[in-house]
Amino acid sequence: MTNSQTPLVDMRNIRISFGGVHAVDDVSVDLYPGEVVGLLGHNGAGKSTLIKILSGAYQMDSGEIYVDGKQAVIRNPRDARAHNIETIYQTLALADNLDAASNLFLGRELTTSLGMVDDDAMEAETRKIMARLNPNFKKFKDPVSALSGGQRQSVAIARAVYFNARILIMDEPTAALGPHETQMVSELIQQLKAEGIGIFLISHDIHDVMELCDRASVMKNGKLVGTVDVKDVTDDDLLSMIVLGKRPGEDTPAV
Amino acid sequence: MSDSTTTPTSTDTRQPAKGAVSRFLQATELDTRLIGMIGALALIWIGFHLYGQLVNGFGAFLTPRNLWNLSVQTASVGIMACGMVLVIITRHIDLSVGSLLGFCAVVMGVTQVWILPGLLGIGHPLIWIIAVIVGLITGTLVGALHGWLVAYRNIPAFIVTLGGLLVWRGAAFLIARGETISPVDETFKLLGGGPFGAIGATGSWIVGLLACAAAIAMVFFGRRQRLRFGFALRPVWADVFIAGLSCSAIIGAVLLVNSYPWPKGIVKRYAAENNITIPEGGLFISHGFAIPVLILIAVAIIMTIVMSRTRFGRYVYAIGGNPEAAALAGINTKLMTVKIFALMGFLAGLSAAVASARLGSATNALGTLDELYVIAAAVIGGTSLAGGVGTIYGAVLGALVMQSLQTGMVLIGFDAAIQQIVVGSVLVLAVYLDNLYRRAAK
Repeated sequence: MTNSQTPLVDMRNIRISFGGVHAVDDVSVDLYPGEVVGLLGHNGAGKSTLIKILSGAYQMDSGEIYVDGKQAVIRNPRDARAHNIETIYQTLALADNLDAASNLFLGRELTTSLGMVDDDAMEAETRKIMARLNPNFKKFKDPVSALSGGQRQSVAIARAVYFNARILIMDEPTAALGPHETQMVSELIQQLKAEGIGIFLISHDIHDVMELCDRASVMKNGKLVGTVDVKDVTDDDLLSMIVLGKRPGEDTPAV
Repeated sequence: MSDSTTTPTSTDTRQPAKGAVSRFLQATELDTRLIGMIGALALIWIGFHLYGQLVNGFGAFLTPRNLWNLSVQTASVGIMACGMVLVIITRHIDLSVGSLLGFCAVVMGVTQVWILPGLLGIGHPLIWIIAVIVGLITGTLVGALHGWLVAYRNIPAFIVTLGGLLVWRGAAFLIARGETISPVDETFKLLGGGPFGAIGATGSWIVGLLACAAAIAMVFFGRRQRLRFGFALRPVWADVFIAGLSCSAIIGAVLLVNSYPWPKGIVKRYAAENNITIPEGGLFISHGFAIPVLILIAVAIIMTIVMSRTRFGRYVYAIGGNPEAAALAGINTKLMTVKIFALMGFLAGLSAAVASARLGSATNALGTLDELYVIAAAVIGGTSLAGGVGTIYGAVLGALVMQSLQTGMVLIGFDAAIQQIVVGSVLVLAVYLDNLYRRAAK
């Protein structure tokens, strides 16, 4: 990697605990423009928690976050969005009773000159971005509860992409998708990468990570096992990092 | 107006002529739920009228007098139901509104009967305004306190407002020292309706025509907005039909309230005071729209705009649909909860003004059991206790259904025990039918 550049995001010595359990313990990760960094680990390894600190859903107990080399204070999701950090949550975080446009613009509604919510303008914008992301999407008037898993996913993705994200967090983006839709997400990641967006990709599918990521950071029991360049390691290396907490070439576990 | 004054009560014609009716509904984009509720209401009204006619020899329900009174009686519960919709949509409940109404009424009563006359002199024109403002502020502050306890202290709304139900009723008793506070200010009394608390024939026509103009303007601007973004337009006939239907309903309401005259005694007194000689055959002075009803309509319109056209309303629905998603989208859900309960309190204060003005006095018992009617009105109107779903117009219609049942049963002479049984059963039945409708709509 071109490590001489300023990282887009640099999370240093992040710690958070819930009721005495160290969910994330002294973890440091970074992300450069146009790079995809995979976050790997078992369920409960702390990867989702780490990423929720960056997206503003949780507040860290200690540690520092730098965006473009400048220290950033992220206390809530609004702060994260102000730094152009967008998140696609594993649960998608959609309000099921609202339509696609309302979800896409939730918290950032377009308004008329009178300050009223402009549903028609939002629907028009939603139609535009959906034409790009998922041309088959037609159900603009229905609540998202009436959509299929893939359609819901595309609403969540559209929401992250629409607002000029520079840092994109994708938490298991393909977990609920069929092969065709998974392929679409892969292509989208390549496209966004080419636009210079930095992506944190949380996954426990090693093949996804090997295919899509430039680097991979592996977590186990809330601690960082290590960060590796994907082209330097094999599937088995990653697997032993995840399962045994052992870095490639080491005999004893690092953690 | 056009001949199309009849609402499409399609319940019986829908099945055989499905093609035509569903095409009609699709073109006009009428809400089938709304049609269903209006149909149910029409059924109740006609049912009571016919029952009266057949069994008692006279149908007392569909008379200008009864319908006018019905509208006034609905006002208090209807105003609060508009706030309860928001509370229930966000998966909370407010059991304290009846007690809060009593508390606000007593605060307003004390302000205008015991305190202000001493400071300003009896009959001072500012008294009623100050009293109402004090009542509204009281309601808002109490509501905000409830919301704060729910949002920032994590006490379930059920518990907070169950506590509030007891606390504010007790507080009302203490402040009023158990007395009935009267007489309230003469201008204040107008908020409760009655012959003088109505705007008369000319006023009603002005309100009606303005409403018609607004309805036509809405259809027109809706059309222009769709053109702007190139969305599919409703057929012209459908737009004309909607505008015509709205105007017919409005003008029908004006004709109705204008055909209910003042009672003879009041006309005589009024004529004597104003040196009018009563002509042969009596003097016909129309009531027109009652002020509390206009307050209810204004609240319903403002709240509908808030819920459908503002960020606040959008966030209420979002929180109801998925609180976690709303928080992750950057919505301050805790502050929203405080605002929603404060709004509920404000509307309880407004309701208190209407209810105590109608009674002409303030007592600590005012509004007893109202919380149940308000919640029932919202739920009958289609608000889902699971959260995320509900409309203002539904709640107002729900309040009207509840009040129609009660008034109707009084008119045909059912006693109180039967009334309770019927109202309770209808509540359960309405929610069951709503479930069936939702399942069928999916």
